[in-house]
Amino acid sequence: MGLVHEIDFGTPASKSEKQVTLTVDGFEVTVPEGTSIMRASMDAGIEIPKLCATDMVDAFGSCRLCLVEIEGRNGTPSSCTTPVAPGMVVHTQTGRLKDIRKGVMELYISDHPLDCLTCAANGDCELQDMAGAVGLRDVRYGYEGDNHVRAKNDGAENFKWMAKDESNPYFTYDPSKCIVCSRCVRACEEVQGTFALTIEGRGFDSRVSPGAHELFLDSECVSCGACVQACPTATLTEKSVIEIGQPEHSVVTTCAYCGVGCSFKAEMRGEELVRMVPWKDGKANRGHSCVKGRFAYGYATHKERILNPMIREKISDPWREVSWEEAIEYTNKEFRRIQYQYGRGAVGGITSSRCTNEETYLVQKLIRQGFRNNNVDTCARVCHSPTGYGLGQTYGTSAGTQDFDSVEQTDVALIIGANPASAHPVFASRLKKRIRAGAKLIVIDPRRTEMVKSAHIQAEHHLALKPGTNVAVVTAMAHVIVTEGLFNEAFIRERCDWSEFQDYIEFVSDPRHSPEEVEKLSGVPAETIRGAARLYATGGNGAIYYGLGVTEHSQGSTTVIGIANLAMLTGNIGRPGVGVNPLRGQNNVQGSCDMGSFPHELPGYRHVSGDAVRDIYDSLWGVKLDEEPGLRIPNMLDAAVDGTFKGIYIQGEDILQSDPDTKHVSAGLAAMECVVVQDLFLNETANYAHVFLPGSTFLEKDGTFTNAERRINRVRKVMTPKNGYADWEVTQLLAQAMGLNWNYKHPSEIMDEIAKTTPSFALVSYDRLEKMGSVQWPCNEKAPEGTPIMHIDGFVRGKGKFIRTEYVATDEKTGPRFPLLLTTGRILSQYNVGAQTRRTENVAWHAEDLLEIHPHDAENRGLRDGDWVRLKSRAGETTLRAQVTDRVSPGVVYTTFHHPDTQANVITTDFSDWATNCPEYKVTAVQVSPSNGPSDWQKEYNEQAQQSRRIAGHLEAAE
Amino acid sequence: MSHDDGRMSTKQKLVYMANQIATFFDSKPHEEGVAGIAEHINKFWDPRMRRQFFEMLDAGGDGMKPTVIEAGATIRRPRQDAA
Repeated sequence: MGLVHEIDFGTPASKSEKQVTLTVDGFEVTVPEGTSIMRASMDAGIEIPKLCATDMVDAFGSCRLCLVEIEGRNGTPSSCTTPVAPGMVVHTQTGRLKDIRKGVMELYISDHPLDCLTCAANGDCELQDMAGAVGLRDVRYGYEGDNHVRAKNDGAENFKWMAKDESNPYFTYDPSKCIVCSRCVRACEEVQGTFALTIEGRGFDSRVSPGAHELFLDSECVSCGACVQACPTATLTEKSVIEIGQPEHSVVTTCAYCGVGCSFKAEMRGEELVRMVPWKDGKANRGHSCVKGRFAYGYATHKERILNPMIREKISDPWREVSWEEAIEYTNKEFRRIQYQYGRGAVGGITSSRCTNEETYLVQKLIRQGFRNNNVDTCARVCHSPTGYGLGQTYGTSAGTQDFDSVEQTDVALIIGANPASAHPVFASRLKKRIRAGAKLIVIDPRRTEMVKSAHIQAEHHLALKPGTNVAVVTAMAHVIVTEGLFNEAFIRERCDWSEFQDYIEFVSDPRHSPEEVEKLSGVPAETIRGAARLYATGGNGAIYYGLGVTEHSQGSTTVIGIANLAMLTGNIGRPGVGVNPLRGQNNVQGSCDMGSFPHELPGYRHVSGDAVRDIYDSLWGVKLDEEPGLRIPNMLDAAVDGTFKGIYIQGEDILQSDPDTKHVSAGLAAMECVVVQDLFLNETANYAHVFLPGSTFLEKDGTFTNAERRINRVRKVMTPKNGYADWEVTQLLAQAMGLNWNYKHPSEIMDEIAKTTPSFALVSYDRLEKMGSVQWPCNEKAPEGTPIMHIDGFVRGKGKFIRTEYVATDEKTGPRFPLLLTTGRILSQYNVGAQTRRTENVAWHAEDLLEIHPHDAENRGLRDGDWVRLKSRAGETTLRAQVTDRVSPGVVYTTFHHPDTQANVITTDFSDWATNCPEYKVTAVQVSPSNGPSDWQKEYNEQAQQSRRIAGHLEAAE
Repeated sequence: MSHDDGRMSTKQKLVYMANQIATFFDSKPHEEGVAGIAEHINKFWDPRMRRQFFEMLDAGGDGMKPTVIEAGATIRRPRQDAA
């Protein structure tokens, strides 16, 4: 198997279309204009020695090792900084060059420890490699005198020596091994865009410094790992490599955290994961990563992982460990009993956006073929279901229009209700890079997020609107574009329905949509709205990126429609650099939606009422599918409370923590007679479960994930499932117990069935994925190579449809009892409900949820930074600690929902999007007051949770 | 069937949801709007939700917006054997 080797070309690729031919060491090479001599040589297979150059960052020319001689030119220029020229004749190895290189290496080594045998980088050290490459045999200078290597010189303190910084939980910084090549500093700037690192001092005193001579953990460092990857020595090294040693083989796979879908090499030693290294050929991430994908995989082997199936008759009983056979048979019997007793529609299931496409497909198949109803839903219900509705209505398809590469051609980015720096960090880095290169930025968000202002990034316009007024603000932008004549008439005439456009401009031109009127309800100054609208309409390629701040509202679907309108008005659709891009939350939430996880849709977004579509499955599966839509998650819970829904199979989702109005969720779960939870851990929902089926991690299975750009990426098994089965196998066991004739040997066979039955996936196969690396759907006869950009020559639905977007204030209103508006979000180091990240060292950055409150509101309530506060809404109350900050406006408070102890969703209400029932997480009227500690509810909840996690025969509860 | 503290019962929720849908379609011409409401409910509500909806509608449609009541004529009544 071996390691997946990637060629380091030394400098980034040139995008020029003009080709230049030169000669390197007698070989002719043709490369794009602007390519460095170093890269051109590597293209010809000639590796010029180098230390400060790597192709993830721009050339720097400091190490003086990559010198070459060029015929007709004087001196020995560095090949990394010298561009090719037509007819150039380059020599990479001459007597003169050999002498210089040897001299340079000798100087480097004279201030470097010689503990190579016991060094963590042994086997993966470019300094060692270069010493070998240049033939260094002797260091004439000795190791006495000034150095950075030894703590003491002849018994006296060596003030040039610095101790190892081990503050970061995942990597160490050993200054004694640093050669000051600046690769880490440049990676932090150019790739990540955080600018946390610098070189302090000058000459022999030059040192890499996080922030202003701080520890890594105390600095602005976001632990993305780019510096560690860039480091040519052992100076920055993963702690896992220090502990385990160098990997011996690696497998390319896809990260299981967010919807960016980064490709990684899982570097292994046997079945032990040594480290995850971002893969340069990954088309979503282009070799970059964030703290979660790069480092936070420790949950996979966490001691709290449940590895044996368990059952219990009552949720007040302790769990009883049983065999797989017993657990599966128990589940089958219970579901059969419930359906016999309460009817066919009394059971259902939830597919997981954390699992693979193949697994999701099987769960919905089990429900449709086995349960014989459409009671299947997925966590997209609570995040991007309005995207499905809104983009489906306007454009005819329910997905983002671009690939991530598109951002490189964007001139104006409009970010609405999203904070990619926290939630989609690798995309944020790519966006920031484009902004540093001159693109403009508009942010619509109640909070002053990192995207509004951070190192070398500043939004032209920040529309800090009052939560709940998205539709008004987006419509006001359209008002400006229409009334000021900034719309793209040619595009609209060609691509959109003209009469619907006429209707729309009549609606949107009305003065009630003017920025001046909207200012009164949104709090955004009219001039800011006008400025933003003008910039988006006239600033060149305009791309909209949006997140859950758009969808999770009573009018979530309406805002999505409003966004689609904006893009059509300005002609920002159907080419690189533009588009409407929902930033999907979970790794496979796009895929789970594609795979028919919604109760009204079969795979490929085809409504269950369509006879022709049902026929495809009827004949393949040998059953008559239900033609009626099923229950959505909130409807399931309502039906459970009403007594008509009694059993649920939940794969990899924690609805008790993630869904709104916790008390209602727990009442619904408690009313069911058989709750089956398939997960890695005893999650919060499992407190109400009767059957627990242990799940497997993304490292333990084959399959595919589909990211936010519709890209189908392979997930590859690198270790045996610790629980015994991959999740798709567990679902298959259940299906077989129910008498269904399933016999999949490998997930590729499931994908074949998907391709056979779903037109947009017609040509997707594991073979194709193997050949292409990844593919973006639609992938069929019309687009065998997939579809990076949608709606190029026309909209999927035919003509683009303008739809009126009337603003309707949410019924969740502030008043004397609840005068503040709570909005919720995420933080970089934690992921969603935290089931995984809380079980990693990421807690070093975010050990608890905090309530952000404006100094003005804090002072009114006598609150100081760090005080315990009580947060109360009409739905419930909880306590947490306050963080006083002006990132939020007066009247607005903000928290995250990563920790079950806080349970922010006790506070959120049952209001939801009018079209999809997507919960209104982003607006809850609350009051904040001082508190002494946990609320009664929190205490009760914890007690119940502890009781419910008891496992018979184990001394303590699992958590 | 409602929880203790001012939460809506399922039936109250259904009326609320139907009215929310109707509010969106208010901005359409009347006929189109009524058709839109019916289509939306037909597409997304499972039979038991529609059954409860009709129980309330047949009892006078208390609390429903007039356009919801009008749309009732074209909302599919669930079959007896529907799940």
